[in-house]
Amino acid sequence: MKTAYEKVQAARAKGRPSGIGFIKGIFTDFIELHGDRRFAEDSAIVGGIARLRDKPVTVIAMEKGSNTKEKVFRNFGSPNPEGYRKALRLMKQAEKFHRPVICFVDTSGAFCGIGAEERGQGQAIAENLVEMMGLRVPVIAILIGEGGSGGALALAVGDEVWMLENAFYSVISPEGCASILWKDAKRNKEAAECLKLTAADMKQMQVIEQIIQEDGLAFSEVFANLEEQLWNALEEKAHTDLDTLLAARYERFRKFGRLD
Amino acid sequence: MQLQGFFKKPKNELEKGGRTPAGATAEVHAEPSEICPACKKAVSPGELWDNNLVCSCGHHFRMNARQRIDFIVDSGSFFEMDADLRGQDVIEFPGYDKKLKHARLASGEKEAVVCGTASIGGGACALFVMEPSFMMGSMGTVVGEKITRLFEYATARSLPVVGYTVSGGARMQEGILSLMQMAKTSGAVRRHSDAGNLYITVLTDPTTGGVTASFAMEGDIILAEPGALIGFAGPRVIEQTIRKKLPEGFQRAEFLVQRGFVDRIVPRADQKKMLARLLMLHERG
Repeated sequence: MKTAYEKVQAARAKGRPSGIGFIKGIFTDFIELHGDRRFAEDSAIVGGIARLRDKPVTVIAMEKGSNTKEKVFRNFGSPNPEGYRKALRLMKQAEKFHRPVICFVDTSGAFCGIGAEERGQGQAIAENLVEMMGLRVPVIAILIGEGGSGGALALAVGDEVWMLENAFYSVISPEGCASILWKDAKRNKEAAECLKLTAADMKQMQVIEQIIQEDGLAFSEVFANLEEQLWNALEEKAHTDLDTLLAARYERFRKFGRLD
Repeated sequence: MQLQGFFKKPKNELEKGGRTPAGATAEVHAEPSEICPACKKAVSPGELWDNNLVCSCGHHFRMNARQRIDFIVDSGSFFEMDADLRGQDVIEFPGYDKKLKHARLASGEKEAVVCGTASIGGGACALFVMEPSFMMGSMGTVVGEKITRLFEYATARSLPVVGYTVSGGARMQEGILSLMQMAKTSGAVRRHSDAGNLYITVLTDPTTGGVTASFAMEGDIILAEPGALIGFAGPRVIEQTIRKKLPEGFQRAEFLVQRGFVDRIVPRADQKKMLARLLMLHERG
């Protein structure tokens, strides 16, 4: 068993498949679509139309890049507001054409900078949360690496949320938490334990529906399993009435911290 | 936060019942004058009190939830809801129990938001007001639950919601469950909105993080207090990331109006009238 911090390291490890890797590994016929139609294109989020077997779907993935040049181009996977707005545009497009939406989440967090604030980072995330809550197509979100707070949640409001075995999901990075608690970012290992951020923790708190097995498998096998699981889940949701689906989505998030 | 001491509400009997009548008078302690951070002049607590904690230079000091409710709602019209919900150490986070106890003592509140129904200039509404002296209004499960319940209540009765925000963001000590409150409250806002109801937010200093990135920015109409810091990332975090000093006025309410993210800045003295007018204009017949 890995410790919480070992999971954090695995989620951030070099060579781990990134968002585009998941798209290529699971879907066929992917056509990338760019831009938010408001301000700019944001390469930290990749999205478009693809097929899951024979079925058209909309796929959206955060992309960190795999070498230095690419990482800079992808802004290290930290989206700006236009990235979230592009994702929302593609989700609305999916709604129009009755395509399910599949999101792959992997970010250390929404980008933190002058431009991001000027263009309403908070507003962009808030709008995604509200819109995804009411999106009239099935939505499945999969946490594949880092699930960094609000910047991750902005693509993770779905009917189901899945998580890879070595991904983590947290309200704050272990380093951020350690600097607040102990004024020492180097105590990130302890902070990782305190935050309860592993896939097993998420399953236990019902934040996710299932853990996607990684250990002992090649990523090609992980992709094949995911393809099968996505197909089955979407088949089931295709037969669910949309109002029922939306009511269940509301309840899915409503239950966290319900006090009686 | 330095002025917090004067603003504590009185310990009256009604408080125990979870209801505070509007118009309850708070004690003003005879404390030495404070220096206004904007004009650097000394201001007396009594003077500030009379002026709703606004300095003669226009600087708006932070305000406790009960005080805001007193000055914003029609006298005697506030009925508190879910007053007894209190935070729990859901993920057994180190030091959180103690922190909660301290926050309760410091604020006199059980949690970082006060919710209820009220009328403002005759307009009925559901009202939430966040509490800065309770862990800087951070959002954990109870804050999320109280706001969600308020929206559900308002949706069922076709009531508008007025919300005053002040928050450092999601509450780290409740881990991922705090983050989930952003989605949960957004779902409740969505349902309230889909039913054609009005939601007005008033952003006050500071409104940041997960609260900005959820219900604070989801109002049909978004008002702000002059000079309020409003953003997703806090200014210190941004400065550390970009290794530069931020320009003067960055992330202040005036900046957000200029960038198109806030409808209007409304000084405290005009807020009641403005809210009443907006509620009246949206009366549902």
